[in-house]
Amino acid sequence: MSAPTATRVGPGQGRAFLGVLGRDIAVTGKEFGTFISQVLMQPFFLLFVFGVVLGQLGYVTPGYAQLLLPGLLALNAFFVAVQATAIPLVIDFSYTKEIEDRLLAPLSTRLVAVEKIVFGASRGLFGSLVMIPVGYLVLGNVDWQLSGLPFSALLLVLGSLAGGAAGLVIGTLVSPRKINVVFALVITPLLFTGSTQFPFLQLENLRWFQVICALNPITYISEGLRGALTPSVPHLAWWVCLLALIAACGIFGAIGIQGFVRRALD
Amino acid sequence: MSTQTTTRPSTGDGVDEAAPAVEVADLVKRYGRSTTPAVDGLSFAVRRGEVFGLLGPNGAGKTTTVGILTTRVRKTSGRATVAGIDVAGDPVGARAVLGVVPQRPNLDRSLDARGNLVWHAAYHGVPRAKRQALADELLERMGLLDKATTNPDELSGGQAQRLIIARGLMHAPQVLFLDEPSTGLDPQARLFVHDRVVELAASGVTVVLTTHDMDEAAKLADRVGIVDHGRLLALDSPSGLVAGLPGEATIDLVLTGADVATVQGRIKEVRGVAGVEDRSDELATQLRVRADGEAGAALAPVLGAVADAGATVSQVELGEPTLEDVFIDLTGRGLR
Repeated sequence: MSAPTATRVGPGQGRAFLGVLGRDIAVTGKEFGTFISQVLMQPFFLLFVFGVVLGQLGYVTPGYAQLLLPGLLALNAFFVAVQATAIPLVIDFSYTKEIEDRLLAPLSTRLVAVEKIVFGASRGLFGSLVMIPVGYLVLGNVDWQLSGLPFSALLLVLGSLAGGAAGLVIGTLVSPRKINVVFALVITPLLFTGSTQFPFLQLENLRWFQVICALNPITYISEGLRGALTPSVPHLAWWVCLLALIAACGIFGAIGIQGFVRRALD
Repeated sequence: MSTQTTTRPSTGDGVDEAAPAVEVADLVKRYGRSTTPAVDGLSFAVRRGEVFGLLGPNGAGKTTTVGILTTRVRKTSGRATVAGIDVAGDPVGARAVLGVVPQRPNLDRSLDARGNLVWHAAYHGVPRAKRQALADELLERMGLLDKATTNPDELSGGQAQRLIIARGLMHAPQVLFLDEPSTGLDPQARLFVHDRVVELAASGVTVVLTTHDMDEAAKLADRVGIVDHGRLLALDSPSGLVAGLPGEATIDLVLTGADVATVQGRIKEVRGVAGVEDRSDELATQLRVRADGEAGAALAPVLGAVADAGATVSQVELGEPTLEDVFIDLTGRGLR
């Protein structure tokens, strides 16, 4: 503490930010088993039933699993991030107030909100990446164009960040009494309108459903990943996906950070 | 953060040392559409190293005031500084020099007791190498070393409160705010917390505490500000506040059999009586007489006056005025 002015006391905000992020990561590390099972259960069964069981019974074509896997990566990136951000915030702000000590860290309140997004996104990204080995194990072989991996990584990062930001919106706007209803009314539709289980462009005969899918950010992760990894499946142009995800990050981020500041300060 | 091996306050290292530890001027806070402000033009200053008490009934605006000073509540107008730092203009700078012990326990239950301290230090940029040793030192001081790996859920109310105080001290704040520090604690835990506050003050940390307990304020605070309806009614040392009351002793009477006003009138005429207060409730007629000089000297003529008015005394108690009397004198009602 040798700074010259009264306002420059204490550590830089960067160190405080890393401290707060470090705490969240350490806590995840302690409950890693729970985290990993929570992350893997749903996509594993989706992949197993739709990719393996229905394939063996002859109800879906053999190529379907290759279409599904990128979608499940997209789904996990977004959902795991939403849950990691939203659920603890709803509880923290309403009951336990456990976040207060972090709100009193020498860190601007907005940056605490950004930390929540970044942490949620890092969980989302992790949840998405572990689907790759699971895919190999369940499907036996995965037919990906490896040159698409860098762009896929970018899409997953953006998709996770959009999920973290959307989680911040839910976490700061929803009261704990309503969180179950919100999850039922928001999460379930998101699950099935993200073009995870089907290619977006082939919905032309179901136009109304295609419009709904266009509003779901997961669509742009799924479609972008297919474009990069399995280009033979019809997919949206890469730049559409990129712009849509950047927009989703911006819109959810702005609303979420504003909501967070409103909840954190009286 | 080079001087962070102990919980000594880090005064002088780049902070305006001449500034009061806490300064509040014409502070106003109005919540939402509420017509009456929670804090209504409050002004006071706390000297460095002082234990300062804000005393007032629930809803007086104490917690709101502390909330503004600790950057969690946004002021409507006025000025609030901690260690010379404007809390609204530079909340991040202010958070580095203040510590908070909130009214409601808010320990991190994803971490054990030591983890709460160590991570708090991390948020505040205490070097990694020093965090563990500092945490153990504070756990020991708070009598919690054997609870280092306990989850906060399993701590008693008193233990949790001590852990929260320890956490507030991990970054060596210059000013520690304690909001109702002993509410809900059993007498033993209360005493322990009181001793720690005294210790802190002795080590040079400025302490600002809020309480609705006059005994706590009288015991711990160098100076007490009495607040009600968001306004400061009086500010002095506890003894100074009590000395400002008319009369040096009190005689409490429980009466039956006569009109209170008549008895009050008769007592007021007695020489050496400085004032008579009606403290009756639904159960009994009660009067508090304030007497100049010793209570014993005024007792006989006061009892005589009661008998003259046709009343019977069923109970007599002699005492000295307390902060509660100051509060009643100022507001006309009791603290609780």
